[in-house]
Amino acid sequence: MQAHRRQTLWLAALIHRLSGLLLAIFLPIHFLVLGLAIESEAKLENFLRWTENPLVKFAEMGLVFLLTVHLLGGARLLVLENFPWRVWQKLFATIAVGISALIAFGFLFRVM
Amino acid sequence: MSQSQQHLTVSVWRGKSEGAFQDYQVPHLENQTVLDIVTWIQRYLDPTLSYRFACRVGMCGSCAMTVNGTPRWTCRTHVSKVARDGRLKIGPLSNLPVIKDLAADMTAFFEKWQRAEARFTPTKTRLDPIEQIPPSSPARLAASAAIECINCGVCYAACDTVRWNADYLGPAALNRAWTLVNDVRDGGQDVRLRAISANGGCHNCHSHQSCQVLCPQNLNPTASIAGLKRLTAAAFIRGGLK
Amino acid sequence: MDVRLYLAQRISAAVMLPLVILHILIILYAVSDGLNAVEILERTRGSLFWGVFYGLFVVSAAIHAAIGVRAIAREWTPATGRTLDYGAVLFGLLLLVLGARAVSAVVL
Repeated sequence: MQAHRRQTLWLAALIHRLSGLLLAIFLPIHFLVLGLAIESEAKLENFLRWTENPLVKFAEMGLVFLLTVHLLGGARLLVLENFPWRVWQKLFATIAVGISALIAFGFLFRVM
Repeated sequence: MSQSQQHLTVSVWRGKSEGAFQDYQVPHLENQTVLDIVTWIQRYLDPTLSYRFACRVGMCGSCAMTVNGTPRWTCRTHVSKVARDGRLKIGPLSNLPVIKDLAADMTAFFEKWQRAEARFTPTKTRLDPIEQIPPSSPARLAASAAIECINCGVCYAACDTVRWNADYLGPAALNRAWTLVNDVRDGGQDVRLRAISANGGCHNCHSHQSCQVLCPQNLNPTASIAGLKRLTAAAFIRGGLK
Repeated sequence: MDVRLYLAQRISAAVMLPLVILHILIILYAVSDGLNAVEILERTRGSLFWGVFYGLFVVSAAIHAAIGVRAIAREWTPATGRTLDYGAVLFGLLLLVLGARAVSAVVL
């Protein structure tokens, strides 16, 4: 990796971008699944039974992480851009990843 | 100190955009800047080596180069701080065309200052009384935090938004624009706000903050750009960007 | 990105801030005893609150994701100009249509 990129906030920006991109790819699939309920409750129910597969649960844990980390990263940017400058950004960015991991594991714990 | 550590192996970029790194053996002194190294190579090993410098004391901003992958002002960068295992790799600033060897072409960098309207537009003549600006006024404090840029181009070379989007004005030009929007004497505010709100303007900044991490003057262009984002957004909502 | 896209991007982000927090809380709450269609639809069907909640969510997400993906494409792909704009509008419309369909499926 190029030397100027080896810093917390550059990595935070990369995580924000990649999580956003993956969420954008996931969204149409998410909407299509919920749309199954138009045809019948049973179709949605069938799909939800499929998601009980542990592999799917792991993937869902990843999605919870992506959503949380994008939320917290975005909150940091909104504060950075709209309020007086703050010096705690590296700390916040690091904690944001930590909290997102905790919530993702919390999700896994709740479904297991 | 062992014999081998008294010499540095210095890889220096030779050529234009096409070229290669060439190794030189340079004596390692206790008190030595990266610029000293480059000068030593040119004087004693290869007089055809091209590079740019002027003041040697961190004022003029002409000697910035890429040192071990990071853009730095070479006259104030001590070798002992950046050399790893007795090795240094020195190249021209990135995000700019190379003229030759270590001299980057700064034309695009300064053209963007013009595009950002990052120049003072006077409103008074020498016959008018001098404007009184209280040092403690919020605008003066905001401007003070962002002045003292030496135009070295380190932030521009470190900015990945510039790397990925050639239209982007970059941290230095926008930081200068921020000092001017906080200058009550300036008469070019509307034109400037439009210029920095267009494509390639301040809204492209992703706040990677490499600029403020590496600025040799410890300026914070990310904070200046955030100020411009607020100002232009407010102006747009008020309908003042027509 | 210019000032209009920036504002649309940041306003949609600010709108989604509370929505996403609530969404995450619902996820954590709802999955404890397994997801099932009856439970989800019992909560959402005929509810004005959830209709407005998810409707607003879909509109904001469509705007936010379209502009975000456009910015990534601008910097990481060779696409420029019209290609970028049409691509972003198409992606936004796709999300809007699929999202509206999903909301109507669970609320109506």
